[in-house]
Amino acid sequence: MSAVVEDIQKPERTKPLVARIDWVKASPWLYTIALFAIWEAAVRVFDLPYTILPAPSRIFAAFYQYWSPLWKNSLQTLYTTTLGFLMAVVGGLALGLFIGWSKVIYAGLYPLMIGFNAVPKVAVVPILVIWFGIGAVPAMLTAFLISFFPIVVNVATGLATIEPETEDVLRALGAKKLDIMLKVGIPRSMPYFFGSLKVAITLAFVGSVVSETVASNYGLGNLMSSAQSQFNVPLVFAGLLALAVEGIVMYSIMAWVEKRMTGWAHRSSMSH
Amino acid sequence: MTHLVSIENVDMRYGGASGTLAVADLTFKVDKGEFAAVVGPSGCGKSTLMRLVTGLHIPQAGNVIVAGQHVTEPVSIVGMAFQNPSMLPWRTTLDNILLPLEIVEKHRKRLRAHRAEYVEKAEHLLEVVGLKGFGSKYPWQLSGGMQQRANLCRALIHEPQLLMLDEPFGALDAFTREELWCVIRDLHAEQDVTIILVTHDLREAVFLADKILVMSARPGRVLREHRVPFARPRDLEITYDKAFNDVVHELHGEIANARRAA
Repeated sequence: MSAVVEDIQKPERTKPLVARIDWVKASPWLYTIALFAIWEAAVRVFDLPYTILPAPSRIFAAFYQYWSPLWKNSLQTLYTTTLGFLMAVVGGLALGLFIGWSKVIYAGLYPLMIGFNAVPKVAVVPILVIWFGIGAVPAMLTAFLISFFPIVVNVATGLATIEPETEDVLRALGAKKLDIMLKVGIPRSMPYFFGSLKVAITLAFVGSVVSETVASNYGLGNLMSSAQSQFNVPLVFAGLLALAVEGIVMYSIMAWVEKRMTGWAHRSSMSH
Repeated sequence: MTHLVSIENVDMRYGGASGTLAVADLTFKVDKGEFAAVVGPSGCGKSTLMRLVTGLHIPQAGNVIVAGQHVTEPVSIVGMAFQNPSMLPWRTTLDNILLPLEIVEKHRKRLRAHRAEYVEKAEHLLEVVGLKGFGSKYPWQLSGGMQQRANLCRALIHEPQLLMLDEPFGALDAFTREELWCVIRDLHAEQDVTIILVTHDLREAVFLADKILVMSARPGRVLREHRVPFARPRDLEITYDKAFNDVVHELHGEIANARRAA
């Protein structure tokens, strides 16, 4: 859609190394390395036992040692999270459009939604277990329930904030509600929708891991809770690290999708 | 000559029986092909007038007749342009201009099959307003004045019999505004369209209109109707003539009185 103008300059041979590095691009890696370095140093200096806070080197060793279960359970968590998230995308988009359709529905359902969102999802997991038994289904549904709300709210907001002038211009031409929604409302709410996906995907991980911790035999949540019961703290941290990596990867995919789908919204201010 | 718009003894009240009366006993007529301007103190119900004529509001009392029909629902023979150009940022300028055709009953069925013909028409309009070659640009790549020109094209694409302009140039700088006055003047001369312009700018009203309606403070009604005597086509230079400024001065006095009366 929009042409992204990138300023790519070929590094010149004569420049010193420091000037040739793109510091903005390099800095996420440098900061991450710095964090691990400081962590490692702190653990060594204060001589912390690994059962309290394992050093990164110890965590990476655990990664190596428990590679197979970590990999399998990571995939399991990724699978339940992604499925729950996809359900939230479909359901959230549908309900958001429904709520944004009319002021009456918006006013009626909004308090219910807020009340529903205020309920801690950990408390819902036992109910889901009663209904569906232990395993992947409650994890998926918890991911769905927790990531659903930001999507609904964002889509509904996008629809509810159509400029009155635009609506007048179209209504004066004889546009029906459906026309206005299709031509203006839905395209207009897309940046809100894609923006909310970034929030929703990280919340989905929270949901699935909470549920796996409480009630599952698979997944990183389960792996960490059993490692914890055996005082295998490096493995707990390895699980956390695996989760963090998955979270970052999924987040960047969502950010990329957002940029691809709604480039225009970054170039224009929506509220003229 | 027949009246295109005829408003007779119209009352419009917002928010139920005890709500504010926006216009009371409003009566005026606009002939086919005429250029009418509506001026008045702020809050005099100018926007209400717009919404009454276009059928967005149905009055509690009185008659609104547009093109020989009692207005009971939005009339699709009008085009509208507001101060806010409200272009859709995800569509190119050309697609924004074609938007009304996707709505108006008469055109929406033909649009797919006759797209080339409509695009040609849109390109012609773009040329008239001085935006030739900008159709493929996105609105946010255009300046405020250019967006407002595109907005005029969008209001005219479905060949409305009546063009309603609500302070279309309010947000623009003086030079751009004068340029767009000339665009509107030429559009009115070229196309067979009736225009009602709502504005705060008295010079704008006198320069463009055949007839100026001065409205009272709320509840709005028409205090006086002025005929603008200057011959067409008018050049921007006439805005510096004494006769021109006398008309502006007189209007200014009337509106100041109307404000005081409120």
